[in-house]
Amino acid sequence: MSPKTLYDKIWDAHVAHEADDGTCLLYVDRHLVHEVTSPQAFEGLRMAGRPVHAPDKTIAVPDHNVPTTPGREDPANMTEDSAIQVAALDKNAKDFGIHYYPVSDIRQGIVHIVGPEQGWTLPGMTVVCGDSHTATHGAFGALAHGIGTSEVEHVLATQTLIQKKSKNMKVEITGKLRPGVTAKDITLSVIGKTGTAGGTGFVIEYCGEAIRDLSMEGRMTVCNMAIEGGARAGLIAPDETTYEYVKGRPHAPKGAQWEAALEWWKTLYSDDDAHWDEIVTIKGEDIAPVATWGTSPEDVLPITAVVPAPEDFEGGKVDAARRSLEYMGLTPGQKLTDIEIDTVFIGSCTNGRIEDLRAAADIVRGKKIKDGMRAMVVPGSGLVRLQAEEEGLADVFKEAGFEWRLAGCSMCLAMNPDQLSEHERCAATSNRNFEGRQGYKGRTHLVSPAMAAAAAITGKLTDVRDMM
Amino acid sequence: MTRGWTEHSGRALELAMENVDTDQIIPARFMSTPRSEGYAKYLFHDLRRDADGALLSTFPLNDHADATILITQRNFGTGSSREAAVYALADAGFRVIIAPSFGDIFAGNAVNNGVLPATVNEADIDALTASMAGQNADLIVSLETLTISCNSVRVPFALSDTWSLKLKNGWDDIDLTLQHTPEIQRFKEARREERPWAWPDVAR
Repeated sequence: MSPKTLYDKIWDAHVAHEADDGTCLLYVDRHLVHEVTSPQAFEGLRMAGRPVHAPDKTIAVPDHNVPTTPGREDPANMTEDSAIQVAALDKNAKDFGIHYYPVSDIRQGIVHIVGPEQGWTLPGMTVVCGDSHTATHGAFGALAHGIGTSEVEHVLATQTLIQKKSKNMKVEITGKLRPGVTAKDITLSVIGKTGTAGGTGFVIEYCGEAIRDLSMEGRMTVCNMAIEGGARAGLIAPDETTYEYVKGRPHAPKGAQWEAALEWWKTLYSDDDAHWDEIVTIKGEDIAPVATWGTSPEDVLPITAVVPAPEDFEGGKVDAARRSLEYMGLTPGQKLTDIEIDTVFIGSCTNGRIEDLRAAADIVRGKKIKDGMRAMVVPGSGLVRLQAEEEGLADVFKEAGFEWRLAGCSMCLAMNPDQLSEHERCAATSNRNFEGRQGYKGRTHLVSPAMAAAAAITGKLTDVRDMM
Repeated sequence: MTRGWTEHSGRALELAMENVDTDQIIPARFMSTPRSEGYAKYLFHDLRRDADGALLSTFPLNDHADATILITQRNFGTGSSREAAVYALADAGFRVIIAPSFGDIFAGNAVNNGVLPATVNEADIDALTASMAGQNADLIVSLETLTISCNSVRVPFALSDTWSLKLKNGWDDIDLTLQHTPEIQRFKEARREERPWAWPDVAR
């Protein structure tokens, strides 16, 4: 047999049909659904009189547009559009008989945190969701694609996804990370190197010692932002760290089924002589804690750097940088650590897991946030929130002056009332610094949870290594 | 289901920006609008308006509401998977987007709504825009020849056979896939036999 990459192996195991031009029907093992991109898909099924093909493999949870403040079980405490979308998902879940975690359920949370947490996401699977950050599930060695609403309807109706195979890219992070450097810094640094279109047409497999050393939480952070590098998906081969995380979760296989699954999972790695269409290698020791300065995730620099000038770039990027600097209200040559911050947002599918909250709490413990600072922690799920409360992290945040919210996507995409106002500047642990992403004319700097926590204390973007 | 087409001729508009993400095409706060209300008014909402909602004369679309073809730079439609971005473009009359590269999910969404994401290299885009300069010329986009023409300039674009067929016929993917039901069924049964743990009821 010819050597294969991990992507090749998972792909081959899911092709139900292949057309002459190579377009395939991929069988979908898990379909995650949320309230914002699904209503029209369910409506399409109703109009055509079609059932959900595999309701047992379809899992729904409201997250994008739910309030993160207390009392949200009562729709009267939601904005009108939010209440309509949540009510529609309630109804669709019931009518079509799919698994559902309503807002009142302790297991509710961001769909990409709930899936792994409940053991729905398993190595070697195909996972899809009407959300670009579905890439997160690649951390388990699952092929995970974000899809549009037409595709959501297609998967609901047929349990397959129409796909052409992507090319293979290997991103290797060699050696060890330095203190203060996290999974977020890895994934942002990769995008800084490849650009936001560098991954277009590829599925990325992240590998190397620094990746192996990451926890599952860290691996999810890395794969989560594969989409920001333009890739169709990100993958990390499963190993003991993966199995340990998955074992015993509510929907993970048990007993003999676990053993059978494990036997196959252990074959899920890229063969030594597999073909790579592109290889990117970064030394772990060269990665610093980073922050973004512009309005694209590729606009990233070590925290010790200064704001660049448009002339530092070439081609279309010159104008893009000029526009970004104007939007962000920054001056070339200004030190990143001199940028004053109004708001800190800790949460999202990128960095809303327990390890992220621990890292932030370690910086915050015993300190107060800067006067006038607005700071919030939005745990990724009800269970993450509960665990953080049990570990005393919630108290650390609250005593420091952070708001302690209920689970949801919140200020990452600012559909709900958690938004920046005009020119409000935010250090965020989320994934996108696009213009207006966190609110009209809001300004976003993407950082790791520890860096966000540090900024909340000092009131400026801060090199977290100075606070360790 | 969208209406199929094989040739489109229309006015082109240049948006000289790279990395135009789907949050720029339509901000999240408008995504709860029922589609029946139309999404055209939300297209590039925050780029084309000032803080009071007045249209900015500096934004090209505001002078060329009749455009049906958009010419732009690398990585158009990057970011969020929101199909609403394509709804906004389609509802505003756009049938063709020309760029050197596209956000992956955006491109698929476009085809599912009858909008062609035409991948054209930068040199050819420059040739097209040069031939348009100062003239009120239409572009002609052909799915038969996979070319875009303007005056004497003719450039190729890349498109898979499957996408080309879908755009030409306005096919509904679900109907097409359901034709393969026996094959999908056989695959499913074989997979269930080989990897029963992937079935949730077995796994528990």
